[in-house]
Amino acid sequence: MATDISTTPGSHTQPVPPQTEPDYLHVSSGFSSWAFTLDHKRIGIMYLIGVMAAFALGGVFALILRTELLTPGPTIISADWYNQMFTLHGAVMVFLFIIPSIPGALGNFVVPIMLGTKDVAFPQMNLASFYLWVGGAIFFVAALLTGGLDTGWTFYTPYSTTTSTSVIAATFGAFILGFSSIFTGLNFIVTVHTMRAPGMSWFRIPLFVWAIYATAIIQVLATPVLGITLLMLIAERALGLGIFDPKMGGDPVLFQHFFWFYSHPAVYIMILPAMGIISELISTYSRRHIFGYRFIAFSSVGLALLGFLVWGHHMFTSGQSPAMSVIFSALTFSVAIPSAVKVFNWLATMYRGSISLATPMCYALAFLFLFTIGGLTGLFLGTLVVDVPLHDTYFVVAHFHYVMMGGTLIAFLGGIFHWWPKMTGKMYNEFWGQVSSVIVFLGFNLTFFPQFILGTRGMPRRYYNYVPEFQSLHVMSTVGAYVLGLGLTIALAVLIHSLMRGKKAPNNPWGAATLEWQTTSPPPLYNFNYEPVGRDPYALHEMEYDASIDGYKHNPELAKLAPAH
Amino acid sequence: MTTTLLTLLANDELVPKWANWNMFPESNSTFGPAVDGAFNFIMWVCIFFFVLVCGLMVYFMVVYRRRTPNDKMMSSPTHNTPLEIFWTVVPSFLLVIMFARGFAGFVDMRTPPADCYDIKVIAKKWSWTFQYPDGTSTNELHVPVDTNVRLTMRSDDVLHSLYIPTMRVKMDVVPGRYTYLWFKALKPGQQHLFCTEYCGREHSMMITKCVVHPTQPDPNGNEDALLNMDFPQWLVYASDITRNKNFMTDGKFDPVKAGAELYKTKGCSACHSLTDQRIANGGPPWLPLSHALKTGEEIQLQDGSVKADDNYVRESILAPNAKRRTGYGNMPSYQGQMKDPEIDAIIAFIKSLDK
Repeated sequence: MATDISTTPGSHTQPVPPQTEPDYLHVSSGFSSWAFTLDHKRIGIMYLIGVMAAFALGGVFALILRTELLTPGPTIISADWYNQMFTLHGAVMVFLFIIPSIPGALGNFVVPIMLGTKDVAFPQMNLASFYLWVGGAIFFVAALLTGGLDTGWTFYTPYSTTTSTSVIAATFGAFILGFSSIFTGLNFIVTVHTMRAPGMSWFRIPLFVWAIYATAIIQVLATPVLGITLLMLIAERALGLGIFDPKMGGDPVLFQHFFWFYSHPAVYIMILPAMGIISELISTYSRRHIFGYRFIAFSSVGLALLGFLVWGHHMFTSGQSPAMSVIFSALTFSVAIPSAVKVFNWLATMYRGSISLATPMCYALAFLFLFTIGGLTGLFLGTLVVDVPLHDTYFVVAHFHYVMMGGTLIAFLGGIFHWWPKMTGKMYNEFWGQVSSVIVFLGFNLTFFPQFILGTRGMPRRYYNYVPEFQSLHVMSTVGAYVLGLGLTIALAVLIHSLMRGKKAPNNPWGAATLEWQTTSPPPLYNFNYEPVGRDPYALHEMEYDASIDGYKHNPELAKLAPAH
Repeated sequence: MTTTLLTLLANDELVPKWANWNMFPESNSTFGPAVDGAFNFIMWVCIFFFVLVCGLMVYFMVVYRRRTPNDKMMSSPTHNTPLEIFWTVVPSFLLVIMFARGFAGFVDMRTPPADCYDIKVIAKKWSWTFQYPDGTSTNELHVPVDTNVRLTMRSDDVLHSLYIPTMRVKMDVVPGRYTYLWFKALKPGQQHLFCTEYCGREHSMMITKCVVHPTQPDPNGNEDALLNMDFPQWLVYASDITRNKNFMTDGKFDPVKAGAELYKTKGCSACHSLTDQRIANGGPPWLPLSHALKTGEEIQLQDGSVKADDNYVRESILAPNAKRRTGYGNMPSYQGQMKDPEIDAIIAFIKSLDK
């Protein structure tokens, strides 16, 4: 059992040797040393810059949308532009940002170091995955510049097969991005299975790696279905194959089944890595061994598998048979359990801890608050009779923003602040980091909570125009979006400021026990200048604060004082 | 025992009034209790768990806050299997209740009773058409109060979805098949009817009304005379535009006035402009057509030409693709959706454009 891991012979006791070789950022320089790098850390950094640029683009679209919704009828843009904006906001955020964000940027950087290995299993494939992402992004921008896209990110037929906008370019972009995602997933599966350091048994893998591993299973199994669906859509548009358009003998509801067969599991591609980050953050900043390691690990895999069985809950009003809706509703409730288990375990981890409110923990606590709302409001939508009036209203918009943005984005930010000293070797300004988390938290709730009320009152989604009685709630939401934008800008400023003015980071500023903190900040090219061994990743009580380096060191003496289990 | 517990928890009469608060607009159909009851039940479960989770979180944040970087570690377990099984299993019972309530109400919603008043719904970009059994068609939905109404819906083009918040009903309108929806209104009055499946540029303009008519005419009920009519009275009124008071000028039927209204409500305005500017991807603008009708000039077709006259316009409404103009695409047919006096009114309106 997990209880005696900390005293097993595999315990790492040697101190981190001083750095003798240049770190991964300084080992080589010049454009080609980055463009052709096979180092998972540099690929992770390139992903980080890429997904942050995509997020900024999607965020600007969001602010334009919210500004347009300040008044019913035209405010700043035309209906056609509005439809393009919400389509691109959704498509960019989902395909270019959320899906690749945590696995591509933080997963790439952290997972091999957490496993105590020097790289992922297939470094060339890892680089190829990044360039596929770039290729997909180019197709999206091309679609934007050559006629735009107005189908909604869901590409529902027959609208998407009949509109005059650049559907083929955008779907081909999403098709390419699918391969990027598959490459990343495949790499992680093989890495976790074959590249673990000596002593790194399955139950000594940090929970972030478990989450990335569960995500990778979905990426490899579900993404090909999206690829096939998008190819069929392209074939229908280009060649007139009658698969989805009833005018040619097809069935539009079939497209929805195909689409959600990928896109519901994709929701777990988006949220599982975030849950993994939160497990690391809550434990580290509470200085407590994670509570219920195995329940959390298995609930990740459970979510990954159950996530394949619930796609029909997006289609309760689509015209699918009522019997199918009933079955999908029943299955949907089963996914509520593993998520709830994780929340309870995180809370139990904080119990009797030593809770630091450092910036990453502020984001983790915001995640707990927002994800709880996001998860609980899913219960309304899983309940058949309640989903009927709420489907395709702002209630759904609010629900998935609480999960995707309040969940994934907030965890991503927490993860960036947590691993930033490791990635860059620089400490950021703690005070302004905390300020950013508070403003983001307040702005987020002001933006999206009124949307629950709007949706229940009957406001449909994807509406350019609306009836005047909804205006005051829309204005609140728009003001919230500006506050949220300000908070995110402050967070970015804090990170950029640290690059220029930040103090040098110690090896282990937070007292974390996972292996990436038992090497230098930033790490050397091959991650460790000693042979790491696997040990309990949550033996936080063995870490001792040393004021002379303003960081933590491993103290083997403390291992004997292990708190009672 | 589980059944007893289920009935107990599903019985809203045991719920105190203050707990029956929700954010929905006031219900006006027989589905109200099932939907609102389930919503309230879930809402209170959510509030309980939200307060529990966030309350504990804040409590722990304060009580166990870090004092020094090397706080002495308090002993506490790393796992507790009975506790973990407890908090996995107990919430599952609540989920079973939610599912059961949702299921019961949903089956009712999807099973129209035998004695329904049937209305056909045709959705197209971007208007609704409602056809009543006597052949009358309107762009607002009118229904009698206290009557089971079934909508049989089809789409001429892409997906649409019919949603009436106060009735708690919603169903997608899917091209290539019929979908059904039924409800029974409880009170006379008018409410919003929205399209909730994205369908293109004017998606958010597919907002219309659902008007519920009283069983007895009620002359003092409402400022809007239409709302005071009972349903049969309204049907007579709606089936004959020449008797519609809105279209009277000095006590006589004015076809130009009626045509101007039909231009908007029948969906002509989505594709045909009243100027000489063509709407993007739309049909022929009506000002030049008006001029052609006045002068009787020839109109260029994809194969040949035709003299612009009343018969040409009539045919273009009922069989639009019989004579296709150069440079223009298809238009849906209005066969069976417009009566002769309505077509007359549209022609009169087009003729009135070229002053």
